[in-house]
Order: sequence, then structure tokens, then C-alpha cells
Amino acid sequence: MTLHPLVILIAAVFTHNIALTYLIGLCPMLAMSRRVDVAVGMGVAVTFVLALTAPLNWAIYHFVLLPTHSEVVAFLVFIIVIASAVQLVEMLTARFFPALHSSFGVFLPLITVNCAILAVSLFMALRDYTFWQTVTFAIGSGLGWGLATAIIAGIRERLALVGDVPADLRGAGITMVIAGILALAFIGFSGMVSVQ
Amino acid sequence: MNLRAIRYSRPWRVFIAGFFKENAVAYQLLGLCSVLAVSNKLENSLAMGAGVTFVVTISSTLIALLRRLIPDQYRMITYMIVTSTFVIIVDQVLKALFPPVSAQLGPYVGLIITNCIVMGRQEAFAIKNGAWLSFLDGLGSALSYTYTLIFLAVIREVLGFGTLLGFKVTPAGFENWVVITMAQGAWFLLAIFYWVFRRAARLRPVAEEA
Repeated sequence: MTLHPLVILIAAVFTHNIALTYLIGLCPMLAMSRRVDVAVGMGVAVTFVLALTAPLNWAIYHFVLLPTHSEVVAFLVFIIVIASAVQLVEMLTARFFPALHSSFGVFLPLITVNCAILAVSLFMALRDYTFWQTVTFAIGSGLGWGLATAIIAGIRERLALVGDVPADLRGAGITMVIAGILALAFIGFSGMVSVQ
Repeated sequence: MNLRAIRYSRPWRVFIAGFFKENAVAYQLLGLCSVLAVSNKLENSLAMGAGVTFVVTISSTLIALLRRLIPDQYRMITYMIVTSTFVIIVDQVLKALFPPVSAQLGPYVGLIITNCIVMGRQEAFAIKNGAWLSFLDGLGSALSYTYTLIFLAVIREVLGFGTLLGFKVTPAGFENWVVITMAQGAWFLLAIFYWVFRRAARLRPVAEEA
């Protein structure tokens, strides 16, 4: 892998969006896309946690797990690092930035089980990213996830005004259709940068 | 025990609730990522279904056995450690016995850890109930996930690749429907499944959100 980190950043936001192309982080995407402000808040929180945990996991993977040939326990180590990092961020923001905590702190506990966080660490290990590639990939994935969720939330807000959805398709069902159409639209970005 | 007694027994009701009415994917909306991502081929879906079934049943049973020992505030981290351990086993088995399937599933095997079905069943059921009921509850949910996965995979593999389990099934001259194998097609197909399932199971429509 000799891709420039910036190429990876753009790819992660647009052409290889983690939610729309890799289909990761969908449960929170369906749950959080009711309102735009909530979606944006969650997107910021996810980006922040990703930018923190992915480089941390990169360091542990390359300096501890690989030299000791214990890649087998990588899953276990990654998830513990993520859970503790999220806990730590929550405590620190509650203590030192109460205003910030009250606006996006509510999203933090939910983030541990957001599979996008773990997925970025797993992709990082699978694809042998360098440190800077990992950093830009993490930030790009967070922004891409937030972008997709915010767009879907915007469409759902408008759709709720019309309210003409078949009864059995309401809620999650129509959100899936919206996400599908959005994913089709994102095909338009393909070819902008090429990875793999 | 005759058939009627079985049908109204608690274990059976626990199992069948997870298996049909509370379908993990269409009703509880759990495990969506992997459903959409790996259901493009039947082979991958079978491997994924088996892996998830193993992890959900074993970890739910274990959590139920340990439920009196787990301190309330450390529940989540306990779930994660138990789950990751079994996921590592699944990953190693796949790598050793089915290397091509393991390569195609890629990160999605590791993502079983954060597959909401696993933690969902542990938190909603196993932490409050005995081992046998938790086993059945996990099995019901995991199997409902698996048949959803198989249903989507059969449609997507036949229409998208013209094959089933790698064998060609469509007549000559059939144009492969590429979009259905991609993420975009998966969304629409799952929306249709959700629609049909909710109608068939006569679930109450979701209230219109504000």
C-alpha cells in the first residue's frame, strides 16, 4: 500500500463511504437519522472517537501484537481499547468541558457498539496501513459516516412532512430505500480517486 | 409430552418468538451491517450465519450462567470480552478450514463482536434468565438472522452472478444484474423484505415520526 494519505481521506468520505459502500455502522445510522442536528452531533462524536482509537490501535498492533506474534487476540485488544477510550473521553469531557459533554456526551456510550469504530481498526490491520494512512482513513470514515447519516436525516425530515409512506414500510423500511438511493447517487463520485 | 403441550411451553414460546415474530433483522433491526454486506453470495451467508449462531448461542448461555457474578456496572465490558473470545474462535476456524470464505468475509467476521444481535440478546434476555432459556432465545434470534441472510443471498447470487453456491443456474444469454450484488441493491432488497415480512407477520405499523 503506497497510497497517499490524502487520497485515502477523500476515498473514505466519498467513493468508499464506510456506511454506503462497506455497509458498516448501519444500526446507529437508522436510529440516529431522525433529525439533522442529532445526526451531525453523532457524526462529530464518531469522527472524534475514530481519530483517537484507530491510531491507538495502530500503535498497539504494530508495537505490541506483531512483535510478540499475538495477532490472534487482536479483536479482543481492539474492542477493549475502544471501550476504555470511549469511557475515558466521556469522563474527561464531563469533568473539563461540561458544555461540550451536555451537547454530544449523550452519544458517547452508544459509540462503543457502533461497528464503524471497530471496523476501521480491523481494516487498518487487514490493509497494512501506515500511521498517517490510518489517521486519515479514520477521520475520513467518521466524516463519511456523518455525512451519509446527516443527508438521510435531512430527507427523512422532509418526508415526515409529506407523510405518504405505505404503513408497513414506515420507519426503518423507508430509511433503507432512502439509503439505497443515496448510495446510488454516491456512485457518481466513483472514479474521482482510485484505491485498490 | 404431546405436541400441544410443547407448543404452549415456555421454552418453545421463547424460541419461536425470536425465530419468527421478532425476526432479528426485520423486527428488531439488529445485525444489519453484516446482513447487507455478506448476503451477495450464498456461501458467505452460510458461513456468516453459522458463525453468528455459534457466537450468539454460546455467549448467551455463558452470560446466563455467569449472570449472578457479573457486577451491574461492568455488564457491557463483560459481554464484549466473552463475545470477542468466541469470535476469535470462529475467525481462526474459518481461516484454517475455509481460507477463501475467510478472505471474502474480511473484517465482517471480526464485526460479529459489535453485531447488535449478540449484545442485544445478552442484555435483553440472558442477563435475566436461566441458561437453557437463554440458549433457546439466542438460537431463535440467530436462526432468524440466518434465514434472512440465506433468503437475500439466494436472490442476490442468482440474479447478480447467475450462480448458486458457485454453480451456474441461469440460462445462457442471461444478463447479470450487477447492481443487486452491490450495496445499493442490498438496500432495496432488504427494504422489500422488511415490507413483506411486516405485512406477513401482521406487525403494527411504526408510528409516523415527527
